[in-house]
Order: sequence, then C-alpha cells, then structure tokens
Amino acid sequence: MFTKNAVALAVAATLALPGVAAAQSQEERSQEELRALREQVKQLDKRVTDAEQTAIQASNRPASESAFNPAVSLILNGIYSNLSQDPKTYRINGFVPSNGEVAPPPRGLSLGESELAIAANADHMFRGTGIFSVSPENQIEVEEAYIQTLALSYGFTIKAGRFFSAVGYQNQIHAHAWDFTDAPLVMKAFLGNQLSDDGIQLKWVAPTPFYFDLGAEAGRGKSFPAGPAGGRNKNGVSSGNFFAHLGGDLGTGTAWQIGASYLTTSPQDRVYDDVDSTGTAVTNSFTGKTRLWVLDGILKWAPDFNPTETYFKLQGEYFRRKESGDLTFDTAGVLGTQTGGYSSAQSGWYLQGVYQFVPLWRVGYRYDRLDAGTTSIGVVDSGALTAADFPVLAAYSPTRQTVMMDWSPSEFSRVRLQYAQDKARSDAKDNQVFLQYIVSLGAHGAHKF
Amino acid sequence: MKTSLKFLVALVLAIAALPAAAALNVFACEPEWGALAQELGGDKVSVYSATTALQDPHRIEARPSLIARIRSADLLICSGSELEIGWLPLLLTQSGNSKIQLGTPGYLEASQYVAKLEMPKVVDRALGDIHPGGNPHIHTDPRNISKVAAALEERLTQLDPANAGTYHSRAKAFLDRWQAAIARWEKEAAPLRGVPVVVHHKAFSYFINWTGMREVASLEPKPGIPPTPSHLAELLDQMKSQPAKVIVYSSYNSPQAAQFLSERSKIPTVMLPFTVGGTERAKDLFGFFDDMIGRLLGVVK
Repeated sequence: MFTKNAVALAVAATLALPGVAAAQSQEERSQEELRALREQVKQLDKRVTDAEQTAIQASNRPASESAFNPAVSLILNGIYSNLSQDPKTYRINGFVPSNGEVAPPPRGLSLGESELAIAANADHMFRGTGIFSVSPENQIEVEEAYIQTLALSYGFTIKAGRFFSAVGYQNQIHAHAWDFTDAPLVMKAFLGNQLSDDGIQLKWVAPTPFYFDLGAEAGRGKSFPAGPAGGRNKNGVSSGNFFAHLGGDLGTGTAWQIGASYLTTSPQDRVYDDVDSTGTAVTNSFTGKTRLWVLDGILKWAPDFNPTETYFKLQGEYFRRKESGDLTFDTAGVLGTQTGGYSSAQSGWYLQGVYQFVPLWRVGYRYDRLDAGTTSIGVVDSGALTAADFPVLAAYSPTRQTVMMDWSPSEFSRVRLQYAQDKARSDAKDNQVFLQYIVSLGAHGAHKF
Repeated sequence: MKTSLKFLVALVLAIAALPAAAALNVFACEPEWGALAQELGGDKVSVYSATTALQDPHRIEARPSLIARIRSADLLICSGSELEIGWLPLLLTQSGNSKIQLGTPGYLEASQYVAKLEMPKVVDRALGDIHPGGNPHIHTDPRNISKVAAALEERLTQLDPANAGTYHSRAKAFLDRWQAAIARWEKEAAPLRGVPVVVHHKAFSYFINWTGMREVASLEPKPGIPPTPSHLAELLDQMKSQPAKVIVYSSYNSPQAAQFLSERSKIPTVMLPFTVGGTERAKDLFGFFDDMIGRLLGVVK
C-alpha cells in the first residue's frame, strides 16, 4: 500500500515540476498534462494492484502438475519377534478358531504388512478410499476400498464397498495406528483379528451439541464370524451390524466417547480344524446363528487439549457373543461325520492405558481377558462323542498382560518395544517380545478419535 | 422390534425437521477467525471456535464434540494451507454436512486470500513438518486480517443475503477501526524494526515480516520437531557470536526450551499470545496485536 502511494507521488512530483512555473497562457496545457498524469497514476496503480494479485495467486498455485492426484501414503513396518512358543501352534483355547490372522508374527526378523493408501474426493458427491496391503509373502490384499458420500445433508453419510466394520472401537482403526503391536484378544477371538466386510453403511450424526450417532451396516459376511470364507452363495444380506456412539468433552482437557454395537450373522458351514481324542486331525463345521454385542469406551486427556507435551488415553471394550445352531464333527468323514446341536455364550474384555510422559515418548499397559462361558455340544451331550474330541472348545479363560514403550520422532515414524505374557493357550505361557518400526510416507494421514 | 424401529424413525425425522436456529452457525478452526466472524456477524452469527490459543493447531484430535459442532455448521472458516490437514478432513467426512464441504460457499480458507511467506522450494519431510502451500500462520499480520475480513463479508452475504446490510455496515465499521489500529501499531512497533529474534516455532513469521524484525533462529531444529539438547547447544554458540535481542515462544509452547537458552545466553524471553485468547489482554483481535507489540516492546526497549 505504502509502496503504491509512494510510486504515484514520485511520478506525479517528477513530471509535474516543469508545469508548476508555467505562465497563464500555459495553464490549459498544464491542465492537460495533469489529466495525462492522473491517467498515468491510475494505470500505475492498476499495475501495482495487478502485481499484488499475481503475487497472491502465485503463492497459492499448486506445487506441481500432480496437484489433482489423490493423496497417497505408504506405511512400512518391520518387526523383530522373540517368542517362547512356536507361533504356528497359536490358538485361543475355549473359543472356536476364527481362521483369521491371529497368530503373532514369525520368530526373528520379519517384514510386516506394507500398506498403500490412496484417497481423494472423486467429485462433489463422493470420496473414495483404497487401502491395499502387501503381505511379506508377496500377496496383495484389499483391506479397504470404499466410497463415501459428501453431499448428503442432515448428518447422513453412506459408505459402500469394503471397509472395517463399525463393531466396537478398535476394529475401525488401521493396525499401524494401534497403540500396541497386536490386536486385543477379544478382536482375535470374536472378529478374526479385524473384521472387514463388503457391504454398505448408513450413518446419521444427530444435530446435538454433544456427539451422538446411529448407524447400520449390511454386509456380505465374507469372513469370521460369518461363514463360509468368502461369503454365502446368497442374493440377500448375510451380515448386519447396528451401532450407536455418544461422546463429548469434560472440562478443558478430557474428551470421551462410548459406543454400543450389535453384530448378527448366520454362518453356514463355517469350518475350523481341531484334533480329536485319538489325535487325528479333523475339520468341524458350524451352521447357525451368531450374535455379538460390544460395548466400548475411550477417554483421552491432555492439558488444555494440547497433546504435544503429555497426554493420557484410556480405552476398553467388552464383547459378548451367543451362538446357536448345529455343529458337524469331521466333515471329511475320516472318522465318521456326526452332527448335533451347538450353543455357546462367551465373553471377553480388555482395558488399556497409554501415557505420553514427555514429548515423543509413550508407555502403555493392557490387560486382556476372555471367558469361555458355557458351551453345549449336542454330540457330546448325547454321548456319541466325548468332550476330548473337541479340545479347542474345552472351557478355558485366556488372559494376557502387555506393556509397551514407544518413541515417535515425528508424526510419521514410530519405534516400539513391547512385552506380553500371553496365556491364550491352556497348556503353555507365551512370552512375547516385539521390537517394531512403523513409518508413513507421503500424504499426511488424519486419524480417527 | 418393529415398534422400536418405528419410534426410532419417528425420532430421527422429528429431530431432522427441527427448524434451523435463526443465527448462521460459524465453525472457526482457529480463534482468530472466530473473533473475526463475531466482529462481522454480531448477533446474526453463532460462532464456535474448534481450538484455543493454548493448543497447537497442527495437533488437534478430531474429537466427537468437534464432529457434533461441524455437523450443524453453515460456514467453516479455517487458515488452510494444510495447517488443519491432520484433523479437518476427518471432521468433514464424518460431518454428514454438505454445506461446508470443499468447493461450497460454506468453506472458506483464509490463507487463499493473502500472499504467503516461506513457500518451500523443496518439499521433503526430512526438512520437518513443512507446509507445501507456505507458512499457514497468516493471522499474525494485521493487513492479512483486513483481506480475510473482506472475503468473509462476501461469504456471509452470500449465505445469508437477508442480513447483507448488517454484514456490510459491520465490516465497514470494523475495517475503519482496523485501518486506524494498523496505523497506530506501525508507529508503536517502529522500535522493533531490525531487532533480531529467536522463535520457538515459525508461528510469527508474518508478524516478524510486518514489523521488520529479523528472525535469526528457531528453537525447533526443524519445523514441528521439538527442541533437542544438541540443537539448543548449537543455538547457544550462535547466540554468543550473533546475539538475538529476544527469544519468543507462543502460548501453546512449553517455555522450557526458551528458558534454557535464555538462562545461558542472558537473552530475555517473551511469551506471545498465539492468537485471540492466548493471554488475558488478547481477548479480541485488537487486544491480540496490542498485547504482542506491548510484550515485545517491554523487553526490546
């Protein structure tokens, strides 16, 4: 602004001087000159304004031709594992094996799943997200691939495609953003580590000053607790999930959220492997109905909501599942196929706390517990077989205690040391030590609360 | 089950049909834009500021309470230039609110209206948490506030034409007072010209540029990376040969690093409000600049 005026003044002064001393007869000419000057000043003024505008636009210009490309990020992680038990023998006793990726990583040095995430607004109506993981065995898996509406109003959002189901709290969070190396036991036992399904989700956020949402999901039921793997050969919906969350702030430093969800599905021929009383490997299968209730809660505290220096995070979930239907022993008929009724009522929970005690450094503790509850197996009750023919279903309550410490030099990297005493097996205690790095390249991700 | 479902549907419809509140709901990512919206909108707007001057705007959690607020917003005003990249996109996709999505009149990015400083020539995370779009803390130059005020007036008018008159007269009154204040501040801040300053984070670059101070170092070894002992030791050496006159940190920074350097180099520190609400005196935009200049003059003179 000052420069602009100064230029105008200087120009005016320099050019106007000869005209000042002019005689009466020259007045008209000087009038004309003055007009010309005014015009010049105006043009200069315009040029300065234009230059300013150009400067603003230049400073806002996208950095490169790739400005329209989606946000791309790549998560790399690797781990060193020291396990007192062979991870190939991992099982959670008392619970139907989920056939999910529940076992710890292999002993020694190994690469974790590399994750490629691509996301962008497709247009003014939809946003698309694709997250692909490449396993250390060089297999590519679509973890999530969904579209999401942007233009619905009244708090409604629709999501369609493959996505992590909104069952419980941690299930929706990607493994690289978890506070511990591995999933809570409840997720391993009831969701096959982490449940993603092909389907559609409708969510509504209430117009209230505190947070309240309601949602429903309809899915294919492509994996545990549904079955068979890949989903049923069926036109309709095979899996349904309903959820609600309530959340808000307490004072000027505490944020909280509680949630409830109900997942229901009807697995057909959901198989699992076991060993019968004679030591013969058998494959059993379940057909029936499974219902899962989850209550979850999270509380985060940071002074003045500023987590830079220090913060504390408390998180817990309670799972309860009821299954009823038929259990078929030895589907291959090696020892003779037998089918009878089956029902179970089981539960589990975990509670974890993570504390950032100085910038960049965090410590955490987690306690896991599962309760095998009651299971009744028709072919055992009738005396056709014995409980020893279903060893993995024998009542047992697994527990695990975990401590961790991690260091995050920036928002884009983290190194974590974790120790766990895992009593998922009824006959052996597994001491697990993990040393892990997780780094993220590319676009700055935004993490869910 | 059927009755409860009917009840649920009825409840949803009942709440959805509630008449929108009379005032325009403004969701400000940072307090300075909240304060500006309040100046321009008066009682025609209801302003919610998502953050405070005690928070680092780079590190905000997409808390449930923020989603609840953005859900009902008619206008969103944020600094932009990737300052809110870690949390705003999440709020937007979770909001179920089409009025404030990118590209709508309800989405206002303040930094689009000003010339930005510190545009990086090389964009690489090894350089720290740099912003490819330039330094986003544009609110520390009062001339930028004027430019954003003009843009905001336009948006308010577009979204709420019924109250265009109010917005226009309030904007005019504000800008008149603001221009006068800028003239006064420029006079007051004259002794700051050329004063070498150490900053904690590059949070005051626009202020430093406006007042003609000279930023000679920052306590953060790289933008967004907390101060380290080795970097502070280097700074101490630098201060011995080329002493700065003042060490500046903001209301959301821990004072430890600044004090560490201050004790050893005998250079005074000063805490500046990062934005409106950062100190008692910075209760509005005028107080914010009054206090910044006042605090600096207190140690520089």
